[in-house]
Amino acid sequence: MAWIATVPFFAYALFFLFLPAASVLIGAFQKEASGYTLDNVRELFHHPYIDAYWGSIKLSLITAALGGVVGLFIAYAALREGTPKWIRGALTTFSGVAANFGGIPLAFAFIATLGPLGVLTVFLKNQLHFDLSAHGFSLFSMTGIGLAYLYFQLPLMILVIAPAIDGVRKEWREASANLGASQLQFWRYVGIPVLMPSILGAIILLFGNAFAAYATAYGINSGANLITIFIGSYYSGNVLNNPHLAQAMAFGMFIVLGLMMLIYIPLQRRAARWAK
Amino acid sequence: MAYLELQNLQREFAGGVRALDGIEVQLGQGEFLSLLGPSGCGKTTALRLVAGFDRPDEGRIVIDGKDITNVAPSKRDMGMVFQAYSLFPNMTAAQNVEFGLKIRRKGKTERSGRVGELLELVGLGHAGDRYPHQLSGGMQQRVALARALAIEPRVLLLDEPLSALDAKVRVQLREEIRRIQLELGITTLYVTHDQEEALAISDHVAVMYRGRIEQIGPPAEMYSRPATPFVAEFIGTMNRLEATVADPTSGTVEHGGVTLTVDAARSRAKGDRILVLIRPETVELAPENGSNPANALSGEVIAQTFLGPVTRLKVVGPGADLIADVSTAKAATLPIGMKVTAALPVTDARVLELSDEAIEIAEEPGPAGR
Amino acid sequence: MAPSAVFWLLLGGLYFFIPLLTTLLFSLKSNQTGKCCTAANYSWVIHNGEFWHTLKISFLLALETIAVSLAIFVPTIYWVHLKVPKLRPVLAFLALIPFVVPPIVMVVGLLKFYKGSPSWFYGQPWGFLAGAYVILAFPYMFFSLDAGFRSIDVHTLTEASQSLGARWPTTLFKVILPNIRAAALAGSFLALAIVMGEYTIANLAAFHTFPIFIQYVNETQGFPAGALTLLSFGITWAAMASLLLVGRTRGRRAAVLTGAR
Repeated sequence: MAWIATVPFFAYALFFLFLPAASVLIGAFQKEASGYTLDNVRELFHHPYIDAYWGSIKLSLITAALGGVVGLFIAYAALREGTPKWIRGALTTFSGVAANFGGIPLAFAFIATLGPLGVLTVFLKNQLHFDLSAHGFSLFSMTGIGLAYLYFQLPLMILVIAPAIDGVRKEWREASANLGASQLQFWRYVGIPVLMPSILGAIILLFGNAFAAYATAYGINSGANLITIFIGSYYSGNVLNNPHLAQAMAFGMFIVLGLMMLIYIPLQRRAARWAK
Repeated sequence: MAYLELQNLQREFAGGVRALDGIEVQLGQGEFLSLLGPSGCGKTTALRLVAGFDRPDEGRIVIDGKDITNVAPSKRDMGMVFQAYSLFPNMTAAQNVEFGLKIRRKGKTERSGRVGELLELVGLGHAGDRYPHQLSGGMQQRVALARALAIEPRVLLLDEPLSALDAKVRVQLREEIRRIQLELGITTLYVTHDQEEALAISDHVAVMYRGRIEQIGPPAEMYSRPATPFVAEFIGTMNRLEATVADPTSGTVEHGGVTLTVDAARSRAKGDRILVLIRPETVELAPENGSNPANALSGEVIAQTFLGPVTRLKVVGPGADLIADVSTAKAATLPIGMKVTAALPVTDARVLELSDEAIEIAEEPGPAGR
Repeated sequence: MAPSAVFWLLLGGLYFFIPLLTTLLFSLKSNQTGKCCTAANYSWVIHNGEFWHTLKISFLLALETIAVSLAIFVPTIYWVHLKVPKLRPVLAFLALIPFVVPPIVMVVGLLKFYKGSPSWFYGQPWGFLAGAYVILAFPYMFFSLDAGFRSIDVHTLTEASQSLGARWPTTLFKVILPNIRAAALAGSFLALAIVMGEYTIANLAAFHTFPIFIQYVNETQGFPAGALTLLSFGITWAAMASLLLVGRTRGRRAAVLTGAR
């Protein structure tokens, strides 16, 4: 009976998380008037919705992979022997801030940097005679948005992978050197295998993070070909007049993210086992 | 000629910490030398220099006539066993042992043959497929040993390999390490802070303190003829009596108003202030009954500590503050409060110069006397 | 220091600082000439009524979110640690749900579910929006508070307090709360950062919070948005710095990520 005291919490979760989430799931299968249908979900597989999903997935995969690898290198650079200790603290602090600095302000910062009149764009054109747009780059494209996404993907990777890197014991490195292995051989046979579950887990986290992002993309290009933008435009514009379609889109996102979690949880368990 | 030589090794760390201050060691081939000392004495630093994980500020390391001071650790052909956590967690025991051979590109059959051989040698023939987290601490260290030996190193280095293990496992494993070492005839450098361990398994022991070697010698010599006050304190338990030489020709000294005879004092000059070192097991206790045994101090038993086969008695009196080890049976006849005489050995006592330098061993986890 | 390390750290450093630098430069440009350097944008921000209005709303929302969160989560987590430890994995699992139901999905559900509810709830940020923000903050609150409770001996403290005659409210407020103060503060600062930066739900549900204002300025004016962006960054930074200061006494750091994406 002791669990009675937890009722307020579960009631709150029920009314602000489960029931709304359930209503999305149900709404995805409802018809405008009344009754149920698969039409909304079926529609998701057609243009432009399937394109938007694909766009989101591609963008998320790329920023997750890129953010994961680069973040790993940066984190390792800061944590390895030989690097002054203050760099670690500075990197962690800054990562903590940058991981939260997303959305509209981030969008603006990138517009100010790489937008058509951005400081960097102008600098490259005038001083270095390198015209970004002539080379096919536009901040408003997926590439540009992806570049902005990295601003919070990289720090997230750094924060998540740092404890795992710490877990790569000095004794392993020394034992491996003692047994005749080079640095590269150590990483290939011991370091990376041990880190792999954590790296994969972190990349999955980054994927979900990018997939769910809305504000940053919206701030850069409110018409971007991303599923979150599509959902948003239903509510802020008048692109669709079928709320159930928007709910179906949300449902689709839920499925993708759910699949992601199913891969993530066992990976985390694996990573924890080797951290002993 | 020595197989492994450490020549005048000097190492100072940031902040002016002098870890090694002129370390000189000569190790013959196949010899087992322990570096023994309290934490911070520099023994691990010295070992790491030999392994190549650090470079000395000055001095050289020579193996078989070749100077390897600046050779990378992966090229030194030495096998090292760390204190703990050194097994690669993503590999089985067999794969761990195989690692050095794989790096050296040995063929598959040769590798698995050697791995099987070594796992048998350390008593883990059946456990090759287990992962480190499935092995006990003692088993992990056996695998670490097998892994280090797999590459047939010139020198085996062990950095306090047993200190993270339970007492019983420690005793068992140290005997095995020695047995394997003798069987393979491999030159071995062993670091420990446990004096019992060092004395039990080494050919020679080097006691280190504050970056210097206080004394090197076979275990028996270290025990019965300590050369410095530190060694005397560190190895076993010692009674220390401050005395002044009265008459060198007869070897008499004066301690707390009592005249005692100590043969070793004959080499001193009259008036010298000395430290007389007496092992507890050489003190003869008897109840005080009017007969005055020669060369004895009087006192009262104020404490008894049961140590198993032997009981340690603390005897205190005017001019006497002694520890005596007697058989437990005899200790029953000398209860607390009894007045006793403590006869001191004439020839078995050592004499050292009395220095004012305080020996800080109290803060180390008690190797000196248990 | 290894040259490769220097390379990656420099690369990271450049990537992170250039956008901030350019934002600063932008914010110093004059609206008329389009060139440096003037404080006019900052002055505009400070003198703008809507700025203070939305900032206040967001800040009060944050406080409300923190208050409600603490009021619900602290007793719950305390109770779970004390009496029903079997429920702890359930809570931990729930804390992962927001990764599967991100703000964009949540707002769709909330808008559908609460359509038709009274306007004091649906139309006001203090009802609908705060309610959603509490859920957004939950994972971070949970991880912070859970770590805090794990680091103290809940049973001993409670029993000692009760044996001295205290009743539940006293025990909770006078004994337990002060001991998890650092964890509660850490969670609160995270919640503050979340609320001050949350755009998605506020936008789709049509509320006028500070991030909404920033986007509005983004779209309508150029250079003052730079000043606002830096200000927003400064707020996030201050929240994180406070978090780290508090966390230092606790000795643990939690990986953090919030809803402003």
